[in-house]
Amino acid sequence: MTLSALNADVIVDQLNAGEVTATDCVQHFLDRIQIHNAELNAFIRVSESALEQAEAIDQRRKSGESLGSLAGLPIAIKDGICVSGQPTTAGSKMLENFSPPYDATIVERLKSADAIIIGKTNMDEFAMGSSTENSFFGPTNNPWATNRVPGGSSGGSAACVAARLAPVAIGSDTGGSIRQPASFCGITGLKPTYGRVSRYGLIAFASSLDQIGPMTRTAKESALLMSVIAGFDPRDSTSSKEQVSDFLTGLETPLAGLRIGVCRDHLNEGLDVEVKTKINDAISVFKQLGANIEEIELPQTKSAIAAYYIIAPCEASSNLARYDGVRYTFRAQANDLEEMYRNTRGQGFGDEVKQRIMLGTYALSSGYYEAYYLKASKVRRMIKQDYDEAFKKVDLILGPTTPTPAFKLGQHTQDPLAMYLADIYTVSANLAGIPAISVPVEPSSTGLPIGLQLQGRAFEENTLLRAAHQFQNETLWHTASPSEPWRTQS
Amino acid sequence: MEDTVLNPTSSPQSSNRRAVRFDDAQIIIGLEVHVQLDTDSKLFCGCSTRFGEAANSQTCVVCTGMPGALPVINQRALELSIRAGLSLNCQIARSTKWDRKNYFYPDLPKGYQISQFDQPICGPGHLDIETSDATGQARRIRIERAHLEEDAGKSIHDESSRRQDSKIDLNRTGTPLLEIVTQPDIRTAAEAKAFLSELKLILNYIDVSDCNMQQGNLRCDANVNLHIPLGDEQIATPIVEIKNLNSFRAVERSITHEAQRQFEAWQEHGLTIADAPKQTRGWNDHTQTTTLQREKEDSADYRYFPDPDLIAVKIEESQIQEIESQLEQLPADLRKLLAEQYNLKSADASVIVSQGRGVVDYFLKVADGCEDSKIANNWIGQEVLRQLNESNQTIEQYPVSPQQFTDLLKLVIAGTLDQTRGKEVLNAMVADCISPEEAVQQLGIKPVDNNELVSLCEKLIDENQDVVEQIQSGNGKAIGMLIGKARKINPNANPGLVKAMLSKMISA
Repeated sequence: MTLSALNADVIVDQLNAGEVTATDCVQHFLDRIQIHNAELNAFIRVSESALEQAEAIDQRRKSGESLGSLAGLPIAIKDGICVSGQPTTAGSKMLENFSPPYDATIVERLKSADAIIIGKTNMDEFAMGSSTENSFFGPTNNPWATNRVPGGSSGGSAACVAARLAPVAIGSDTGGSIRQPASFCGITGLKPTYGRVSRYGLIAFASSLDQIGPMTRTAKESALLMSVIAGFDPRDSTSSKEQVSDFLTGLETPLAGLRIGVCRDHLNEGLDVEVKTKINDAISVFKQLGANIEEIELPQTKSAIAAYYIIAPCEASSNLARYDGVRYTFRAQANDLEEMYRNTRGQGFGDEVKQRIMLGTYALSSGYYEAYYLKASKVRRMIKQDYDEAFKKVDLILGPTTPTPAFKLGQHTQDPLAMYLADIYTVSANLAGIPAISVPVEPSSTGLPIGLQLQGRAFEENTLLRAAHQFQNETLWHTASPSEPWRTQS
Repeated sequence: MEDTVLNPTSSPQSSNRRAVRFDDAQIIIGLEVHVQLDTDSKLFCGCSTRFGEAANSQTCVVCTGMPGALPVINQRALELSIRAGLSLNCQIARSTKWDRKNYFYPDLPKGYQISQFDQPICGPGHLDIETSDATGQARRIRIERAHLEEDAGKSIHDESSRRQDSKIDLNRTGTPLLEIVTQPDIRTAAEAKAFLSELKLILNYIDVSDCNMQQGNLRCDANVNLHIPLGDEQIATPIVEIKNLNSFRAVERSITHEAQRQFEAWQEHGLTIADAPKQTRGWNDHTQTTTLQREKEDSADYRYFPDPDLIAVKIEESQIQEIESQLEQLPADLRKLLAEQYNLKSADASVIVSQGRGVVDYFLKVADGCEDSKIANNWIGQEVLRQLNESNQTIEQYPVSPQQFTDLLKLVIAGTLDQTRGKEVLNAMVADCISPEEAVQQLGIKPVDNNELVSLCEKLIDENQDVVEQIQSGNGKAIGMLIGKARKINPNANPGLVKAMLSKMISA
């Protein structure tokens, strides 16, 4: 089997066993990027030093040094995460020429596990979007149907894993930005509990919602990455001191007796018929695995999109204030300071980003703060209470990740509301701070991937990964690959 | 446009206003004081807070607002804030949080300042100040709140160069500031100065801040308006916030100026607080006037909201108690101690206390050691403070230890040294860093026995008959000349003994 067909855990085993060198491994994926990236635009940039790093690891291995748990494994990183000395753009013209002088904590951890960062992946500008069409570097195409979006904002990471341009990738999720593209691209994506993975070095979109997580083919690979990136970081005040277990152990524990809740409201209105069917089929699989399916209610989640589109833009309007042309950003020509601010931000940000900055600025303004930000915060607390109640009865909550499979490029660009509804099932987990995972179920009749979402209690990623892993033991949907050459689909 | 004229100056109201005297107006003053906390590192990162280093050398990804960087609270700054709050009799919040104050400015790297909006670390408190008015009673100035926030950087405008370069130094960005806000309880410019002096002294005593105004470690804005009686009414003039106050003197003078200006403006056009928005005026030290900077409708919209990068801080009762238990006596306590237990006049006690904790400790050791607090006060309050002032030294650098000083004063009290010789000994001790005994030896000081004294006095009487006659004819003061001559002949001769013996001999 070629390397690109192997799962990351198998690649790591082969590297450790000396069956393949890190250099060959990295070269293999670099070659694939070289061939396919022009068409997919999944990577904004390929790491120039990846081969060098691979050679160094091979050398160290030869000399008998002990190596990290991911030694030699290539990994793609979303371009909103800082890698020291490498351009990190967040998909924006504003940061086109920005190279951070420091590594994000997760990058530091991946490096010390001897993983090899192979490149930086495309994304919606500042992670604002659900299609990766809002990137200054052009849209990414879905490898299952290149005229369709890969989802977003971590569309580049999802597409590169689906197309096997990298074995695994890292994304970030503010309202579904890992899970929705994972669903659209037929891969597995985990948004960990808020605070589980350090945000230090993640270019902020909405600080109280952002969370970094793995994007992989299998749940087992996600567990492998989580074991490296999760854990308390003194540089992130919101990072949790909750103990981190080895995410790989317990994956095989049977699901007998596991209580899985299904919210009927989430399987009705607005849901694509095929998506509904495939999710119901998946429910049957969990039943076969011994899980008990129970109905639950999450009445406040109907307000989740509304609350999210207040809270996230409010935080974004403040988080993005630093891009003012004074320091490391793009700077527009101007005659005075105010003009410099106006021109820089007018020309440096794309339309969606400007729209959200305006939304957030408005909602935080004196006289509107109570009606918008405070009210949305209240809704957020009520959504969290809904989950608290539900998790008294069940261990996991199951539903679709997205209401439809991947839509076409340009289909929603003129209709922000339709675009925002792509996140309808995913934003609640961010608002409540709980972990959630998307795994592939049976594709649509036209061959488009469909994703199933499992949500769990805070800090119970283990249960999510275990359920997803058992499901993947039982099904083969996660092993399917888009056929090359990539095709379009009407 | 300086002011808008609403009422013509010749209207009847105008003539009523003209009849009011300035002295009838009450000045209402509230202060906002920014104090830089004496932490080694900044409020949200590990960068040094040292002053005067090369521009932008004390910065990191956090305080320069790099994408992805996150703040982490400096625990020491919290401790110092609690210590300051306790010393100002403030309620300490059990839960306090961080808010973002959003505005664009080139020296504000994140585009917002992390501050505290609705849950400041210190709630209401008060500070009593001594006043020099006739009653001599302390005045209580209520503190509204004190909150922690990060400082901004510094913009440097080079207007001399043709390009009109502006440069930014971010060394100061993120240094911790405690903003202390008073209620509008201050009534005179002198009280404002007294408040600031006492606040500075307290913060010095508790090691919270050195309050160095030259380095910008204490900055003050004053909110000023007048309450003017007009018939049965009380008129309030528009509130003015005076900025750019770089010294206590500037605070005092600007308030005096501003009060007068407001009074004249009111007499001119009659605008009251209801007619005009709050103004910001800057104090100009050269012209000694305030000039309009901006008029703001209530307040600029800073779009405060809770900082999602930081978590609320819970402060345990035990933590407050621990900090409280470590607090040493405050200046007011020490003044009381010196006045009541050491019998110093209150003015003398204030002088000692105003020199800082080190001088007080020095005084207490010496006073306890020599068991004469009056003499200790005379010598320390005058000689030591003068010498420190002249040599620009702190008491910690003073070469005479409290024990040596005690030994010196014991010699004076015992009469072994008179005042003059005592001071000579002290000067030698300071100059050569030696003990009193060594200084006595160095100066050749030794007791003069009675026979020597008798023959000295006889000699003086023989040789100065004209002076003796003056004394005999009733000019008692002339004896001073003889004492002076005695000291020239034998510097060890005790002037008191010489005087007594001479008087006895002359009148005999």
